[in-house]
Amino acid sequence: MTLARHAGIAIVAGVVLLALSSKLDSFRQYQLAQVAATVIAVAGLTVLIGISGQLSVGHGAFMFIGGYATALIVMHLKWPLVAAIVASAFVAGVAGAIMGVAAARLRGPYLAGATLMLAVALPAVAFQWQTAFGGDQGLDFTVTTPGFLGASFQLTEWDAWVCCVCALIVLVMLANLLRSRVGRNWRALRDNDTAAALAGLNVGQLRVRAFIVSAACAGVSGSLLAVTMLNVTPGAFTLALSIQLLTAVVLGGLGSLAGAIWGGIILVLVPPFLTNTAASHGFSAGSASVPIVGYGLVLIVVMLVFPAGIQGGIRRLFGLAGPTAAGHVSAIGRRWQFAWKPAGGRSAAGNPAGYGTAGDQIAAREAAGKNGVTEEGTP
Amino acid sequence: MQEFIEFTLGGLSDGMIYAAVGLSLVLIWRGTRVVNYAQGGMAMFTSYIALIVINAGASYWLAFAVALVSGLVLGAVLERVVVRPTAGKPPLNAVIVTIGLLILIEGVAGIIYGSKNRSFPAAYSIVGAKVGNFALGAGSSPSAIFTAASVLGAAVLLAVLFRFTPIGLRMRASAFSATVAQLMGVRVGRMTTLGWALAGLIGALAGMLVTPQTFLYPNSMDSIFVLGFTAAVIGGLDSPVGAIVGGLILGVLLNYVTGYVGSNLPELAGLAVLVLVLMFRPSGLFASTATRQV
Repeated sequence: MTLARHAGIAIVAGVVLLALSSKLDSFRQYQLAQVAATVIAVAGLTVLIGISGQLSVGHGAFMFIGGYATALIVMHLKWPLVAAIVASAFVAGVAGAIMGVAAARLRGPYLAGATLMLAVALPAVAFQWQTAFGGDQGLDFTVTTPGFLGASFQLTEWDAWVCCVCALIVLVMLANLLRSRVGRNWRALRDNDTAAALAGLNVGQLRVRAFIVSAACAGVSGSLLAVTMLNVTPGAFTLALSIQLLTAVVLGGLGSLAGAIWGGIILVLVPPFLTNTAASHGFSAGSASVPIVGYGLVLIVVMLVFPAGIQGGIRRLFGLAGPTAAGHVSAIGRRWQFAWKPAGGRSAAGNPAGYGTAGDQIAAREAAGKNGVTEEGTP
Repeated sequence: MQEFIEFTLGGLSDGMIYAAVGLSLVLIWRGTRVVNYAQGGMAMFTSYIALIVINAGASYWLAFAVALVSGLVLGAVLERVVVRPTAGKPPLNAVIVTIGLLILIEGVAGIIYGSKNRSFPAAYSIVGAKVGNFALGAGSSPSAIFTAASVLGAAVLLAVLFRFTPIGLRMRASAFSATVAQLMGVRVGRMTTLGWALAGLIGALAGMLVTPQTFLYPNSMDSIFVLGFTAAVIGGLDSPVGAIVGGLILGVLLNYVTGYVGSNLPELAGLAVLVLVLMFRPSGLFASTATRQV
């Protein structure tokens, strides 16, 4: 039933987006493609952080892998685009599995440190093996529109189609995954891993799986970004990108796929908007820095004032039930947490759609007890 | 042999910088359970302040003092204004707030000072010492010795502060258990602010010491911060000694890799060390407690 509903929404959204894309000029089509590609990475990261409870500050590394995999496959193996994208997702997923195995025992800042170092270290690969990866200049490749669309069909529109369709497919798959047993197990793990282990869940394996899913998403995203730009360079996958992904996850609304869409839109569209605004108000000297300042301010303010992000704000506006993972804590819970600051800072109990597994129930009860939160859930 | 000594000394000298950044992160982590991602950005900003003082014609040492004091003030102000409101919220909130601070500080620096690289003076000569014909490399220069001495001096002063003074006792009590310390009459909030201020000072010191090598631009401290964070994680975020040992290990190892294997590989080597250490000690080499709070 849910599968049908998610698929239905996606098909409607797909038709709207395809119709829309033909009305846009080529720059807007390019931006649409970028938004769609970014949404995929943000959605994957929100699954990792918001649902499975593992922090990654280095997801740009998996986008790097996906982008370079696509470039190499298209250049050397001449596979069709779809095959290259799927293969890139696979390669990034394998990398995610390796990182996940290394990270499965790590918590909080230690995991953050390891993933941060990954994001810093990986672009060095492109410099070390110049012949294969092209060094600073990166790799250029070409993609053509398929023949049946006619010779006059714009490449940017084709890119927008591919990116939007990929984004919708990934979102539907993730939405279904989160409603499934795996998704519920992840939430149990996030809310209390000891209780989840007691309930018979294989905590380590679940953590690694979350890393694989999320890295594969980042791989698709990196692959699509490479396709829209027709090149990959190490400079496109810096630490800044990883940090932007993290901020998009939080701004959109942690643990919410709809929030990931908001996050992707903000990430792609807001910085150029701010730069233009700054330039048109005579800020020419530091105009490159103005969006950075605005971005930093927005992050701080949103985190202090609306910790549940945009999607959380929308939910509150429309009275939709369903607390997100980002600190939906009752007043009592907050006081309780403050008193126990060193142990505190745990996320509030999530909102599993249905209490399917024993792990969920224990985890939810345990978390509720710990935080002094009474379950506020959907009916 | 000569190369080996050169790389080792250079590594120890670099390691001292990572140790200083790591130490500032440990100070904050112990007090507030927050990793301050803005630490590098703060150090970059205080270095800019020092450069302004120098360009105004004042002596290097006045600029040095100004940088340290502004680090102290910046740490205290940021804790009080921006970080304090995240207390008791999920840990990710504090992560995002400090990342936001980093972006904000770098953006402000870009607007005020522009993004071009500026050279930055060192306190002492950076020419390495020689024993007869045997050159010891930049790691033996007066500047490197000053770096090591000031970082170790700062660490010893911190240790004395924490061990032997009433303020230090209060800070340790607040870090150990905020509630109990509060019940005993300790102003925990002030201790937290003091911890951030001291961390700001140590970070500013690291900035002054490393900037002559890196030049000064809005992102100049980014890679230093990442390596300092790695050093602190290797050592165990709870342990000041761990931060120093982690910094030295990392510094020496990265210098060997750069010197013997390839100049593009230090980051990958750093990643390999980090992953190896964390595989066997998930909370770092000098973690004080084996158990984790559930």
